[in-house]
Amino acid sequence: MADYKLIMRDGIWDNNVVMAQMLALCPLLAVTSTATNGLGMGLATMAVLLTSNVIVSLLRNIISQEVRIPVFILLIATIVTLVDLFMNAFMHDLHKVLGLFIPLIVTNCCILARAESFASKQPLAPAAMDGLMMGLGFMLVLVVLGGVREIIGSGTLFANAALLLGNGFSFLDMRLIENYRGLLLMVLPSGGFLALGFLLAGKNWLDIRQADRAAIEAEKARIAAINAIDEDGVDPRAQP
Amino acid sequence: MEFNQIKKKIVYHPVLLAGIALIAGAMLVLADAGTRDEIEKRKAEDLQASLKQVIIAKEHDNNLLNDTIILHEPLEHTDPETGVTFYRARLQGKVVAAAFQVIGMGYSGPIYIMMSVRSNGSIMGVRVISHAETPGLGDKIEVAKGDWIERFQALSLSNRTAKQWAVKKDGGDFDQFSGATITPRAVVRAVHQGLLYFKTHRSKILELEAKHG
Repeated sequence: MADYKLIMRDGIWDNNVVMAQMLALCPLLAVTSTATNGLGMGLATMAVLLTSNVIVSLLRNIISQEVRIPVFILLIATIVTLVDLFMNAFMHDLHKVLGLFIPLIVTNCCILARAESFASKQPLAPAAMDGLMMGLGFMLVLVVLGGVREIIGSGTLFANAALLLGNGFSFLDMRLIENYRGLLLMVLPSGGFLALGFLLAGKNWLDIRQADRAAIEAEKARIAAINAIDEDGVDPRAQP
Repeated sequence: MEFNQIKKKIVYHPVLLAGIALIAGAMLVLADAGTRDEIEKRKAEDLQASLKQVIIAKEHDNNLLNDTIILHEPLEHTDPETGVTFYRARLQGKVVAAAFQVIGMGYSGPIYIMMSVRSNGSIMGVRVISHAETPGLGDKIEVAKGDWIERFQALSLSNRTAKQWAVKKDGGDFDQFSGATITPRAVVRAVHQGLLYFKTHRSKILELEAKHG
């Protein structure tokens, strides 16, 4: 029985594509000038990851060890081309924004990495879950990074969200700072590197703080146990 | 024979790869057939939208997309193979203006510009369709970010001399942007080249040689 909670935790936080594995940085930095672009790219990548994990997992028994890499690449390239065609036909405005980057999903090493290290060794359900969660983790980073760069860079959040999600979601489109002249640096790629640096530092800080807290808790428990022995001269652990 | 044993045979690998390639190919053919019309429609809509920006709607009564002429004479940065497509605007059968695309070499790659010229040789409108110029510096050529591009309206080869078709820094008549000279210079040059091209091939574009109708 696969541990879905662990897969979920791994995908979103502990083994996050960007923040832990440091993969897929090229599409990450290229598209995250706005939160909407990040969301669109995240959804497209998630769809590809999920589909590729599912197919690789289904075929894992017939794919031989020797030709697995070309087979994976062939599958991934096909899926990406299908996504590209469907986006061009049915989400054309978004495709105009992201079109350049969609074919690049093929070279997104995290998809091949998940096929090789997870989906090819796991049954369907955990593989699908892994694709979904890794994709979700990637998407969250894209949206957060896009949001931060958009707010600081141009004073808006989720600009043109209606292009991506339909007119029902135009309420997401916000102008947070009125008459803002914008900070060009954050819109340019260098701003992407800067924001990513702070994001990684933040994640590491949270992880270290949590590790420290756990260590302190363990220490406290140990001291309490020793104190208990000191007070009555009897080791409580010795009691039956 | 056991499946695991078959799997170890050398011939299994190419057969597997070929089989998967075949299935993948079939999927792509199906998807292409299913989306091609839709994609063509979207492209036509894009083109129509950009034509609408440079051709004033009430000055013509025909469908621009159906009335085209392609010239293969060389124009800067345009592939002579594909040529320059002129979309002709007619009023009661007479060509009153033509829209076409010119390309300028900007700071970071080509700038695609749609421009339209009236039959008397003056500019009806100019719009930038797509570019990759620096946001915040070079992107003032977009109509959404500034009115610089509107400046071209009604200009022609006769009311501006060849020397005036340049940015002010080069002794011309057009403003450059602070921090970005290459971008407006490329746009001015491309529009000027477009006007010269129109003038050279005017009779073909406007159907002046042809008989009435």
